[in-house]
Amino acid sequence: MLEIKNLHVKLEEQDKVILKGVDLTVEAGKVHAIMGPNGSGKSTLSYVLSGRDGYEVTDGSATLEGEELLDMEPEERAAAGLFLAFQYPVEIPGVGNMTFLRTAVNAQRKARGEEELSAGDFLKLVRQKAKTLKIDAEMLKRPVNVGFSGGEKKRNEILQMAMLEPRMCILDETDSGLDVDAMRLVAEGVNALRDENRSFLVITHYQRLLDHIKPDVVHIMADGRIIKTGGPELALEVENNGYAAILAEHGIEGVL
Amino acid sequence: MTAVEKQTPLEARLAAIDLPKGGAFTAARADALARLVAMGLPGRRDEYWRYTDPAALNAPMAPAAKPFEASDEAPLFNGMDRVKLVFVDGVFDAEASDAPELAGVEIARLAEAEAADIHWAQGLYGTLETAGQSPVVRPFAALNSAAATDGLLIRVTGKAAKPVSLIYVHRSETSDPILHHVIKLEPGAEFTLLENGPAGARFNKVMEVDVGAGARFHHIRAQGRDHERRAVTGIFARVAEGALFKSFTMTVNGVLTRNECVIDMVGDDAVAHVAGAALGDGASGAFHHDDTVFITHGAERGESRQVFKKVLKHGAVGTFQGKILVKPGAQKTDGYQISQSLLLDDDSQFLGKPELEIYADDVKCSHGSTTGALDETAMFYLRSRGVPHEEATALLVLSFLADAIDEIEDEALKDEVVSRLEAWLARHRG
Ligand SMILES: Nc1ncnc2c1ncn2[C@@H]1O[C@H](COP(=O)(O)OP(=O)(O)OP(=O)(O)O)[C@@H](O)[C@H]1O
Ligand SMILES: [Mg+2]
Repeated sequence: MLEIKNLHVKLEEQDKVILKGVDLTVEAGKVHAIMGPNGSGKSTLSYVLSGRDGYEVTDGSATLEGEELLDMEPEERAAAGLFLAFQYPVEIPGVGNMTFLRTAVNAQRKARGEEELSAGDFLKLVRQKAKTLKIDAEMLKRPVNVGFSGGEKKRNEILQMAMLEPRMCILDETDSGLDVDAMRLVAEGVNALRDENRSFLVITHYQRLLDHIKPDVVHIMADGRIIKTGGPELALEVENNGYAAILAEHGIEGVL
Repeated sequence: MTAVEKQTPLEARLAAIDLPKGGAFTAARADALARLVAMGLPGRRDEYWRYTDPAALNAPMAPAAKPFEASDEAPLFNGMDRVKLVFVDGVFDAEASDAPELAGVEIARLAEAEAADIHWAQGLYGTLETAGQSPVVRPFAALNSAAATDGLLIRVTGKAAKPVSLIYVHRSETSDPILHHVIKLEPGAEFTLLENGPAGARFNKVMEVDVGAGARFHHIRAQGRDHERRAVTGIFARVAEGALFKSFTMTVNGVLTRNECVIDMVGDDAVAHVAGAALGDGASGAFHHDDTVFITHGAERGESRQVFKKVLKHGAVGTFQGKILVKPGAQKTDGYQISQSLLLDDDSQFLGKPELEIYADDVKCSHGSTTGALDETAMFYLRSRGVPHEEATALLVLSFLADAIDEIEDEALKDEVVSRLEAWLARHRG
């Protein structure tokens, strides 16, 4: 599904190198988790994959089902099936959540040569998906993320994901800021989307989320690289012992 | 004497105009002419003309302007239940108009009413304009009162069941219409006025609105798609106790537009909102849009709002000069003013001059002025959801304009305006 090879990225405006050769392959139907100390480059990886400005790829590639992502515009990547649930969802005053969702859904359908959803069909779909995420009608009417609580914003991200039905879902710390119940809702939302043609890359700091969304593979990212890959037990090891031992193994000094 | 004395610009301007004479408004017109002569035409040195060059408005003849080629897009407000009154290059077109009949509303043409010796508008014509000449002079309004060839005199005694919709058609490349409307809402009356169309190559329009106690006046105006037209307009309103005045203007295109709005809140608990949404694309011709607003709070517990938004690209220029004056004794005034511009590129320019002058101690007044570009984070967020750049731009522009558009209370009219803004944005991509 997603194949990242030797990805090197620096900031466009500064000489700072953030990703220093990331190699990562996510197979169809699998859930991969990425953990790693603050500042190791996890969000940067997710932004670069989804096409945010401000980064310069100096080497390497990233393909989605064989297609080079790095050559595409952000909207083309979305239409190709990539989705990023933001670590910090963006507020857009003046644009209703519903308008935002409908514009996004129809833009992607159009890009794929499918017919736009009628207003009625769209409404039915969004109501049904919102209900399972406990997002009420009022939240759908409000401007995108404006005045939403942290947890509401994260649930709103998952609603967008559910509506857009991407094939490759990247979740950047979707669990942060969620209470226990919201965490379960979000996890259920994600699990409902799991199928053999859809993959997930879940960025998280905590084992908690991975109790609900069981990963097939866990990666540890540090200093702009994937330094260790293992099974679910790797997340438990981090939870219990922290990163010190793993970092030391790779000759990387701890951040703290 | 054989030598021809050199004319002043004002003399040249007046020489090119046939000043109407006789009838009910003779005295008012003579007064207006005297005012104009005393103040002269404006120049770049005048404080309120620093951002806008009046040369094209001062010129004796209107600079030529091609009428816009009508597309297959339906005219604005088409299909709405309304009384339609059409002016072509400033000349009333009875054929194209509906019968000027509406329960609770008297409608007369200035050109016809003027022939009579007495008329209800006699005491009003030029009066609000005169009041609005101080402390800042507005020469084009005085010129208008002196020289208007036509206009409508509308008296509203009840709650009008539908809007009156004025349509200003532009056909001649050199038309230079001067129209003057007087609108009087008797106490408790309700009335909505719609206006759209470019009107001429150069349009001078004044609208005096007297809103009686407890009356409600709504005004929605669209200044059309002609690229080359020029316009100078003035709204002079007096708002009585408990009355409401609301005016919204959408402007797209136009080489030069100067919209002045002078509101005198004379009664307690009066409400006045003025809003504008202007979109200018210098790629389809020069674009200069000027909003000049002056709101005077002369009574207690008045609420005023000025909400002006401009979206500019390819060298378009927007200016805003807005003032709130709170007179002594106008306690509990709530005055708000915001002017914002969204610059879609580095070539465009916004000049703002917000002013507050307050002589009462128990008031709440605020103003703000901002200039900015599209929010890149919001743009990326939208694109990451699959919304293409151009469509995302349109969405963010509409979101920027939302506060101004929300000043239109009627949902159907609001939708109509939004659909036109969307269409404009779709035509002006990139
Ligand atoms: N636009 C930027 N300008 C300056 N520094 C940046 C920028 N983007 C990222 N960085 C830096 O790059 C490094 C990686 O940041 P990134 O946000 O990818 O980390 P992360 O692994 O997601 O961290 P966290 O776990 O705290 O979310 C950090 O040192 C960060 O400060
Ligand atoms: Mg991060």
